Amino acid sequence: MTDRHRLAVFMEITQACSRGQLQQGKPRRGPRKRWHSGKESPTLDNRIKTSKYNIFTFLPVNLFEQFQRVANAYFVVLLILQLIPEISSLSWFTTVVPLVLVLVITAVKDATDDYFRHKSDQQVNNRKSQVLIRGSLQKEKWMNVRVGDIIKLENNQFVAADILLLCSSEPYGLCYVETAELDGETNLKVRQALSVTSDLGDVSKLHDFDGEVICEPPNNKLDKFTGTLNWRGNKYSLDNEKILLRGCILRNTEWCFGMVIFAGLQTKLMQNCGKTKFKRTSIDKLMNTLVLWIFAFLICMGVIMAIGNTVWEIWVGRSFEMFLPWAEFQSSAVFSGFLTFWSYIIILNTVVPISLYVSVEVLRLGHSFFINWDVKMYNSQTDTAAVARTTTLNEELGQVEFIFSDKTGTLTENIMVFNKCSINGTTYGDVYDEFGHRVEITEKTACVDFSFNLLSDGSFKFYDNTLVEAVKQKDPAVHEFFRLLALCHTVMPEESEGKLVYQAQSPDEGALVTAARNFGFAFCARTPESVTVCEMGHAVTYQLLAILDFNNTRKRMSVIVRDEEGRIKLYCKGADTIIFDLLDPSSKDLVYTTSEQLNYFAGEGLRTLALAYKELDEEYCDVWMKKFLFLSSVLESREDQLAALYEEIEQGMKLLGATAIEDKLQEGVPETISRLNLADIKIWVLTGDKQETAVNIAYSCNMLRDDTTEVFVVSGHTLMEVQQQLRRAKEHILSLSRVSDTGDDEKNDMYGDDSVFEEAIIAEYALVINGHSLAHALEPPLEVLFLDLACLCKSVICCRVTPMQKAQVVELVRRHKRAVTLAVGDGANDVSMIKTSHIGVGISGQEGMQAVLASDFSFAQFRCLQRLLLVHGRWSYFRMSSFLSYFFYKNFAFTLVHFWYGFFCGFSAQDVNDQNSLRHPSLYKSGQSHLLFNKRQFFLCTLHGITTSFLLFFVPYGAFSVMVKEDGSQLSDQQTLAVTIATSLVIVVSVQIGLDTHYWTGVNHLFVWGSLTMYFVVLFAMQSDGLFGIFPNTFSCVGASRNCLSETSVWLVILLTTAVCIVPDLFIRSIRVNLFPTQTDKLRRLQQSRKKQRPQEQNLRRVRRTSSRRSAYAFSHQQGFGELITSGKNMRANRISSTCSYERTAPSSNFIDNVIKRTNAVSCVSFGSPNKHQSNTE
Amino acid sequence: MGKEKSKSGPLARRPDNSAFKQQRLPAWSPMLTASTVLPFFYLLALICMLLGVWLLLTVQRTQEIKVRDSRLQGNLPRERQRKDLSDPSDPKDLFYLSSLENFHQNLRRYMDSRDDGQMVGRKRSLKSPSSYCKPFDFDANGVPIAPCGAVANSMFNDSFLLTYYTINGPSVVPLLRKGLTWYTDKNIKYRNPKADNQTLAEVFEGTTQPSFWQKPVYRLDPFDPSNNGFINEDLIVWMREAAFPNFKKLYGILYRANKPYTNGLPAGNYSATISYNFPVQYFRGRKELVLTTVSWFGGQNHFLPIAYLVTSSLILLTAVVLTGVWWKFGKDGKNMAE
Repeated sequence: MTDRHRLAVFMEITQACSRGQLQQGKPRRGPRKRWHSGKESPTLDNRIKTSKYNIFTFLPVNLFEQFQRVANAYFVVLLILQLIPEISSLSWFTTVVPLVLVLVITAVKDATDDYFRHKSDQQVNNRKSQVLIRGSLQKEKWMNVRVGDIIKLENNQFVAADILLLCSSEPYGLCYVETAELDGETNLKVRQALSVTSDLGDVSKLHDFDGEVICEPPNNKLDKFTGTLNWRGNKYSLDNEKILLRGCILRNTEWCFGMVIFAGLQTKLMQNCGKTKFKRTSIDKLMNTLVLWIFAFLICMGVIMAIGNTVWEIWVGRSFEMFLPWAEFQSSAVFSGFLTFWSYIIILNTVVPISLYVSVEVLRLGHSFFINWDVKMYNSQTDTAAVARTTTLNEELGQVEFIFSDKTGTLTENIMVFNKCSINGTTYGDVYDEFGHRVEITEKTACVDFSFNLLSDGSFKFYDNTLVEAVKQKDPAVHEFFRLLALCHTVMPEESEGKLVYQAQSPDEGALVTAARNFGFAFCARTPESVTVCEMGHAVTYQLLAILDFNNTRKRMSVIVRDEEGRIKLYCKGADTIIFDLLDPSSKDLVYTTSEQLNYFAGEGLRTLALAYKELDEEYCDVWMKKFLFLSSVLESREDQLAALYEEIEQGMKLLGATAIEDKLQEGVPETISRLNLADIKIWVLTGDKQETAVNIAYSCNMLRDDTTEVFVVSGHTLMEVQQQLRRAKEHILSLSRVSDTGDDEKNDMYGDDSVFEEAIIAEYALVINGHSLAHALEPPLEVLFLDLACLCKSVICCRVTPMQKAQVVELVRRHKRAVTLAVGDGANDVSMIKTSHIGVGISGQEGMQAVLASDFSFAQFRCLQRLLLVHGRWSYFRMSSFLSYFFYKNFAFTLVHFWYGFFCGFSAQDVNDQNSLRHPSLYKSGQSHLLFNKRQFFLCTLHGITTSFLLFFVPYGAFSVMVKEDGSQLSDQQTLAVTIATSLVIVVSVQIGLDTHYWTGVNHLFVWGSLTMYFVVLFAMQSDGLFGIFPNTFSCVGASRNCLSETSVWLVILLTTAVCIVPDLFIRSIRVNLFPTQTDKLRRLQQSRKKQRPQEQNLRRVRRTSSRRSAYAFSHQQGFGELITSGKNMRANRISSTCSYERTAPSSNFIDNVIKRTNAVSCVSFGSPNKHQSNTE
Repeated sequence: MGKEKSKSGPLARRPDNSAFKQQRLPAWSPMLTASTVLPFFYLLALICMLLGVWLLLTVQRTQEIKVRDSRLQGNLPRERQRKDLSDPSDPKDLFYLSSLENFHQNLRRYMDSRDDGQMVGRKRSLKSPSSYCKPFDFDANGVPIAPCGAVANSMFNDSFLLTYYTINGPSVVPLLRKGLTWYTDKNIKYRNPKADNQTLAEVFEGTTQPSFWQKPVYRLDPFDPSNNGFINEDLIVWMREAAFPNFKKLYGILYRANKPYTNGLPAGNYSATISYNFPVQYFRGRKELVLTTVSWFGGQNHFLPIAYLVTSSLILLTAVVLTGVWWKFGKDGKNMAE
């Protein structure tokens, strides 16, 4: 280890970076310091730790956490009180046993959770990476990678730490990374090493590398990095383009070397992770408050009792002293009252029995199992069932008001599919049956057989045979169409395992090129100056004259190629609105029909592109090329001039057709979103992806519709701009709604408050906000404005946001709205959001597991969310509320009830079956407004309980005070009274639970009848001769129930008590059901009357859009790879597909190199071929 | 084995599709509709009404005489009264009850001040009473008290004698002083310490009587040796602590084997002789002698029938209101319309 070649990394401590300061303890306004993070600080390894405890800290830390719960602390106080014999009215083990039980159960659960965190940490920490040690590469665990190490990464590997790219297998030190885990963007990104280090691709050279990096302190900004490399006396500035971040995946690059700059917890990924919070449900918090109230109530009761006792002792007890003298220490009546106070606190503690907490936990655990067991949330493709990873949040699922969703991998599958196309006015892609009706494409629909094409990609699916026929019949337009797709792109071909694989910058492009490949125009190879396409089995090489690259304003890209016959053609693809303006007037008719078809495609939610071409004559082209070459060397305003030049040649094109690409949504996403919308759940999409894509997805998954009144786009770059845009949008909404109800002007003025308006707004608005605007909008002066506006809108889409911003948005809503938030995501970029929200949901089955590990619930597909919320959430909430109401009722009714009774109550509440829960999402609203269990509800059931207890006591009192047993022996003794009251109580609460039960299943019957039986069994057992024989002092009630329950009059008393307790409640219930039925009641009635009918499936499928809202391109948001290709920088040797031969010799040294390399891989001396060195060293 | 095998396929993690796990158990879901609630209410009202009337009639037939006078407090042992207490149609027993008022047998500290282990005859407990008995566990000389505790110490020890003045002169009404307790108490809960060939007095040697008692526990009943010790019925009756400060304890049952008492007490003149032992003036209490007959449903108790009648009428009232509500609003189910 000591020999490890480690480099120095310094971090600049400036005033801005508090983190470094904190660690260093430097004065705030100190001079610029360098913080050496290499050898001296051994802690800076790459180990990550998400677990909370280790073996030694577990017990104290866990206990400390547990005693922060009000209830647990309360029970400890009680326990201490009970240990004092003078005031103890119950033996101490009645508290200690359940308390220990609760503590142990919770501790075991925490321990298991933490164990799994340890395991996943360990799994990540033990991943292998290759580290340069003592001049050779050695396998080393991730956790042992230190700052300053040089590590080697291979294709498709995760990057182990934040590293500075030194060199790679690609020429010019280029390498490609996928950052989906970090920011959700799916296109590959290019990273390039410094030119001075890019030829270090050799272990011995790397060993001699002794650069020194000075960089900024660790932070969470994913798109920014500043630093300098000092090497051989020179300084080189470093930026984000030279850094590979932890969590990225190396793609399309055989290997690369990098120097670790940030490791472990300092990496940007971990910095973005946010803090794990202990999540509590609102019912938990409410319960805590209630426990405090009850405690206050207890104290009141105790005080009343104590005063009563003092008075009694003075007036009565003193004269009774003869029979019951005061104990020595009990010197006065006041002191006796003081003791009584404590005794009553203990006796009455059963108002909040510890069983409440046990029962609540058990209930939640049960629900978690039901979630795990739900076969409808099981995905058979990935073999994943839903998992409730946290078992304490179930009822909160029934109260969600905001859902924050990631896009990539959550809403979409991140697969682009070439779905339809229009060629020369004919659409392809739909399947018709023999009667000419369109057939819905399902799994079973027969795919087109591409076996005629040896190069076809097996995973490509197309259903319309007519297109293949058209290709086979050599329809010139169709051929030209696919030729365009095969030529006009920036995709790189690669051979892997004998198959042709495309590496596309964006998945859209990949889909288009793959489509062309399958239809017989396979793009096989490219050099900087040529493109080889295998056209219907024949290799044809086109000379690539120019790539007119894509950018955001042009919204199109073109290529100029010369074919083998020497004809020069320009092929262009781009957004239809742009292309249509550049067309030759002769295509006018075609434009009209194509436009219609584009509308149809857009209506299907597909992404469309228009394709056009143009033949160029030689001379014009020569002139243009000269200008082009000249401009390439110009430095000033090159971009603008180039754009003008491009536009000049892209005039007068002929339309070929259009393509339609489906950004494949996950199964059932639109239905889920509409259903959740109906349940008044607001869905916000937070994505790292670009605006166009996000908006398009929002349209195709029903978040935005054509009837959405207005979509506000906020994209300001400064605080002022953003503020203006937000304010304008808000005013717009408010003024419109004012106009819409002019009659209520006075009323509006009267309220004046915006929140009142929220309900009144009928029109639907949507808000789209960009990452940089969001940064301003989240600042304190604007955040309230932003939130107000966002809540006025039906859908909110935030694009290009960083993981930390996602968490900030969630936090903002949490802080200001007091609503339950749920975040759902699949990648590492969603972790912080998942951790911040009340409920985090991870989509599992994808590559990374970070999201799942941080989540509370996980399942395979977004559509499971509706079931999780609308069915399980609602039931959980409903059950928990019923349970709590019932529990408090029961406890107040009579505090001394056997504690097992609470256990099963939860099973008794399931009101509406799952199908109807899904069909009527509005049922969900009761949870959001906390309707079923709130403080009012608590008071009502407390009152109910107190009334019941009053009746329960005074009816038997009235009866017994003058009662004599049938055989003359007494009946009014205390034990008989206890048995009678307890029996009445059990019967009353059983009847009550029967009334509360909406859904009698076998389990309910079992528990209700079982508990009644249990009661009697236990009652008789406790009073049996045997137990008395063993412990005469403990079980002294021997025979009480036998003697009293055999008495008719006792049963008459019980009957009367039951009737008196139940009838008022029944009366109120039936009045309520008849006069003010809730929606649940209505639905239950409906459900009953329609029991035999199968509920028809509601059609929530995506409504076909009619308008012309078209989404164009999803190229990169940045400049394309065009320049890289023409410069030849990203060309590599072994990319040439063996199926195609090179007839033409390209005048490129690179290509010659390639040929040489193919013949003799070892002796290659290309500028970018570190293979040799590598093979030497290995 | 077979089950495990089936779990290893590609769908290994698929949850079981059982009715329980999928929460699809067949269920009966009752609804509170007018058609179910109204008949129930009317029926309940009717049942309560009938029970109330029946109970009332039963209670009317029971008879009760209370000999309740402040003079019982003083030293006036004789009381003469003329009262007809016979009911030839009711062959039930006639009970003597002693009634105490304002005596708090239900005080927690009082109730705890006893040792059931001692009373069930455990030898060890006999000599070392439980600490709950304090300060009635040992006397001043440190001798253990049997039975210990405040409850036993304050045992009621008045005795009653009822005299019937016939034409032939006064005759003492015969009284059964046995069968006053629950079977379980007499035979299980209270036992004398096991004595092999020892007399009761020998068994209890080494203990002393409670300080308020006039005689030791093994000599409570001078007439019946088997009614002594912890199984003395008066003691057992007393040890069953009353739930309320005003309570009655069974004293004796009229012995009806011989005439003229075969049908209860015949009409005539009676006097009650009370030997006054139990002081009540300290706690401002009162004593009563109650003679009562019982019905199948116990002694004279007007509370239950009246409560039933009141409940019945209330239920009827709510039922009528409910009917009205239903008639006016809910009949056509318009509130239920979605």
